[in-house]
Amino acid sequence: MRQTLFALAALLSHWRRHPANLAMLILGLAIATALWSGVQALNAQARKSYDSAAAVFTGGGAQNIVSARGGLFPQELFVRLRRAGVKVSPALEGAARVDAKNIRLIGVEPVTLPAASTLAPLRENREARNILTGEGRSFAAPQTLRELHIAEGARIATERGFALPPVYAIDSAPPGAVIVDIGIAQKALDQPERLSRLVVAPEQRLDSAKLTEIAGNSLRLVEPDEENDLSRLTDSFHLNLTAFGLLAFLVGFFIVNASFGLAFEQRLPMVRTLRALGVSMRALVGALFCELVVLTSLAGGLGVVGGYLIAAALLPDVAASLEGLYGAKLSGQLALDASWWLSGLAMAGAGALLAVASGLSKALRLPLLSAARPIAWREAHHRYLRRQGAFGALALLGAALAYSTVDGLAMGFAVIALALLSAALLLPVALAAMLQIGESLAERPLAHWFFADGRQEIAGLSLALTALLLALATNIGVGGMVEGFRETFSGWLDQRLIAEIYYEAATPADAREIEAWAKEQREVAAILPVWRAKTRISNWPVEIIGMAAHETYSAHFSLLEGGAEAWRALHEEDAVLVSEQLVRRLKIGVGAMLDIPATRDLWRAKVVGIFPDYGNPKGQLRLDHARLVAHFPDASGVHYSLRAAPGDVAPLMEKMQNCFGPKLARLVDNAAIKKISTDIFERTFTVTTALDTLTLVVAAVALFASLLTLSNLRLAHIAPVWAVGVTRRRLAGLELLRMLLFSVGVALIAIPLGLFMTWSLVAVVNVAAFGWRLPILVFPLQWAEVFVVALVTALFAATIPALRLARSAPADFLKVFANER
Amino acid sequence: MKGKTLAGLLALLSTPAMAQGYGGLGSDAPGFDMPKPGTPIVFPKDHGAHPRFRTEWWYLTANLHSADRTAYGMQWTLFRFGLEPPRESQEGWEDRNVWMAHAAVTSATENLVAETRSRGGVGTVGVEAQPFKAYIDDWSFEALDPGFDKARVVARGPGFSYSLELTRGGPFVLQGDAGFSQKADTGQASHYYSQPFFSVEGALSLHGQEVKVAGKAWMDREWSSQTMAPDQKGWDWFSLHLANGEALMLFRFRGARDYVSGNWISADGSTALLGADDISLTPLSQTAIGEHNLPTRWRVQVKSRGFDIEISPLNPRSWMGANFSYWEGPISFSGSQSGEGYLELTGY
Repeated sequence: MRQTLFALAALLSHWRRHPANLAMLILGLAIATALWSGVQALNAQARKSYDSAAAVFTGGGAQNIVSARGGLFPQELFVRLRRAGVKVSPALEGAARVDAKNIRLIGVEPVTLPAASTLAPLRENREARNILTGEGRSFAAPQTLRELHIAEGARIATERGFALPPVYAIDSAPPGAVIVDIGIAQKALDQPERLSRLVVAPEQRLDSAKLTEIAGNSLRLVEPDEENDLSRLTDSFHLNLTAFGLLAFLVGFFIVNASFGLAFEQRLPMVRTLRALGVSMRALVGALFCELVVLTSLAGGLGVVGGYLIAAALLPDVAASLEGLYGAKLSGQLALDASWWLSGLAMAGAGALLAVASGLSKALRLPLLSAARPIAWREAHHRYLRRQGAFGALALLGAALAYSTVDGLAMGFAVIALALLSAALLLPVALAAMLQIGESLAERPLAHWFFADGRQEIAGLSLALTALLLALATNIGVGGMVEGFRETFSGWLDQRLIAEIYYEAATPADAREIEAWAKEQREVAAILPVWRAKTRISNWPVEIIGMAAHETYSAHFSLLEGGAEAWRALHEEDAVLVSEQLVRRLKIGVGAMLDIPATRDLWRAKVVGIFPDYGNPKGQLRLDHARLVAHFPDASGVHYSLRAAPGDVAPLMEKMQNCFGPKLARLVDNAAIKKISTDIFERTFTVTTALDTLTLVVAAVALFASLLTLSNLRLAHIAPVWAVGVTRRRLAGLELLRMLLFSVGVALIAIPLGLFMTWSLVAVVNVAAFGWRLPILVFPLQWAEVFVVALVTALFAATIPALRLARSAPADFLKVFANER
Repeated sequence: MKGKTLAGLLALLSTPAMAQGYGGLGSDAPGFDMPKPGTPIVFPKDHGAHPRFRTEWWYLTANLHSADRTAYGMQWTLFRFGLEPPRESQEGWEDRNVWMAHAAVTSATENLVAETRSRGGVGTVGVEAQPFKAYIDDWSFEALDPGFDKARVVARGPGFSYSLELTRGGPFVLQGDAGFSQKADTGQASHYYSQPFFSVEGALSLHGQEVKVAGKAWMDREWSSQTMAPDQKGWDWFSLHLANGEALMLFRFRGARDYVSGNWISADGSTALLGADDISLTPLSQTAIGEHNLPTRWRVQVKSRGFDIEISPLNPRSWMGANFSYWEGPISFSGSQSGEGYLELTGY
């Protein structure tokens, strides 16, 4: 024990003498942990919000019953089930707008609400009485009340002009939701005698056969462990975040590996001395392990705190993206439990252990005597490079194999990971080859030395350069995807948003009134109903949208497949246009027959065209307006678009607003819609870009760390060159030049790698994650930018070590010859 | 009358706010009608609901025997609580009635109980006057003919179910003063009638085992807006089928001063009100269930009739451990007369 303590004290003294190395080590580990745990925090927060939304109805393992086609179902089915002895509680969920914010309105029935629901307090006698007497009561989470700027006891008015009962805070309400009595919800959402869900009392078990026997085919049983649509739809978003977190961790891990590796190397003489003094191998390993625990706790702790800060900073953007993309509400207040903090620390520990494992085993396997030679294990570098090259080629083969054999999102990431790994492994080999060529071409001795010494240096820098390579490639890959998306999306929106004005009436009756009015208006060139219904195909939520026969669509609405014939067929036959997502999910194509669950029966229609529907997590079908009305009589007939001359748009909208006021639930022009849509995606990519930039920063730090710690070691290589008359200034200049050369090499490899990554993201990951494929666009200007970034990063990292070299005292150089330093 | 459970709830709900719960039987009921003496009870209209009153109940208990003379008890009760006086044009979920029902089967060793609750207005619960039909979920108590001569009662719960046919053997009996039944010296009262002359045949199912049974049932109907005086804690209630075909209803409301009353029902349905001085109710022994001490054995005397019996329960642990709990179970008695009946104990 005493032996271990003394050994530990000796080992730790190294850090006192090399504070920069210690700082890098801690920084690397802290950054890696911070990025990883920050991303995990965002995911955990989202999952918690989904859970709290779901637990309202699935508490205690309750089964739920929903409409088999999605959407709402008649209350009569609830009565039928109750009268058949099935203990179910009704609920109606819907979206409402309050003060230009979206809220989720949840109507529950307090008398029959299961005791295991998170809203169980509402079923207590006193609260049930409060809800059902006088003005009644609404409930929302304290956070939601703050966001809506509503005080307890006040009444929330929806944009449709419905005043909800006075609202009170309840902690268990899901974020962004307002809970009301079922009767109030039906009125506020204008869905008389309609329900969205039945909660089966948990003490009862219902099977599908019994449900069908009682209620026919219109309802579907949802088991509590069946993932809800929300978490399924958002899965891919979170997977993307996780992948980025992992990448960042990986880059951070390179820093740790470099710092630890260096520390081990520098401490080899110390290890030899300790062993020679009689410290047992066990005591030494114990001491090294203790050191690791101390450093990991310190750096991991810092990292987890950093992760919390990163998550808090990115949360608003993530929340906005998830809400915009999926309508998922996230609580804006980060609330993380102990397991998150512990998992962050565990990740730091595991990373550190992995990073030191190779160094540790090398140090321990070294023969006692050879340990005295500082860079003994590097002598094997040549062999090492050859092995690494072989592994790199193997990884490349793996990537090709993965691409050709497996399918889906995991494959997409596997291909990217393997390609990155192979590039990382091959980078030192490629750089060494490049230097070898340089060396063979060099004529003057100094140039010869320049290249030869560079090859020596690669060994120490390869991990840092690899980190830079990964960061640069990711930058190009992700940047290309984001830019490509921005262009495609913007063009697509322009095609989609042909009509000048879009409005949503508060109720179908209001819609008829506005429609009749609009027909009379001279400014209105055309009025196009865009009625909607919902269904489920292959258990996936699908929107059904009616289209009038009008040149607005046939001339502008972009189709991936179909063309003019599709438009004729759409309005003359039982035909549908299908979104790209749905086509991919169902694995069908143009010409296929599709059975669509309509209101009363299955409607069989031919697929005549495929249209892009970027960003929509649900499937979409478009059909002729008259067919929509015929097959989906319960379609919500409140959405319309209007055509008008550009100059008439603003006055017409003002006129509509004045005439109809609250009868218009929403009234926007196409510019506003475009802005909303673009904003949603910009926010999504804000997160991606932020993580991307952080990765690059980490890589720069890694390079800096490696160079700084190497500079001391390299003195032995440089001193002889100085001794033969090359000035310190010149030597420093050569060091800088060599770094530039390395970074050029890295950038040259990073560009094709990045392009490959763009392709993988766009053609594989995106398709698997979201169901739509973007055209691949290339942005040479972006490459140039990355090139410059690489050079600047290298210069930034190399300047301080080079300056230090230029200012080294001649005595330091002389020491190299005096003894073993 | 058996429907006293409601007041029992009140007594059990300890805080004033809780007492306001569904029942609120001891508190003021502004806006609701109050029972008035002299209000005639009219059939079949009064078999139906009285939403102008705050609470009411449909209460059916039966003493049953299988072919091998094993004794069972059966309960089917439906309660209505008006949270607010009804207003014009309240539709669907605007209805302000909350309903609750209990069903139970009791044997010497088991007391199987189920409770269900429902909001009025949407069709899961309701009562129709003619032909009489009271239902909540899949439980029902309904007449099979317009004259209510035959009826069927159905319910199921964890471990039990029953379907029984009732045949009426006598007229409906008005309790109290022509159906106005006073509950306290301070004037609290209810409208109250009974049907003690049902004979029963049918089947119980206990843990999947079907048992054919036959016996006698007693139906109580009562509606009010304030049944108990504020100082009253609960009540003891007796409905007794005498072997000679007569029937006896007795109750005691326990307050600062006990309020005791009863009704002697002849085999032809004619009634004689019994005064407090005429009735003596003496607990003989207690059964402890959880923290409740319940007098489950009694000596009951009606002096003017020379009636002196000892009552013992079929199952002293007939605890209705639902959301609102009380003791209710089948009893038998012997002494000057013998027979069977039901006992209800609330507020203990």
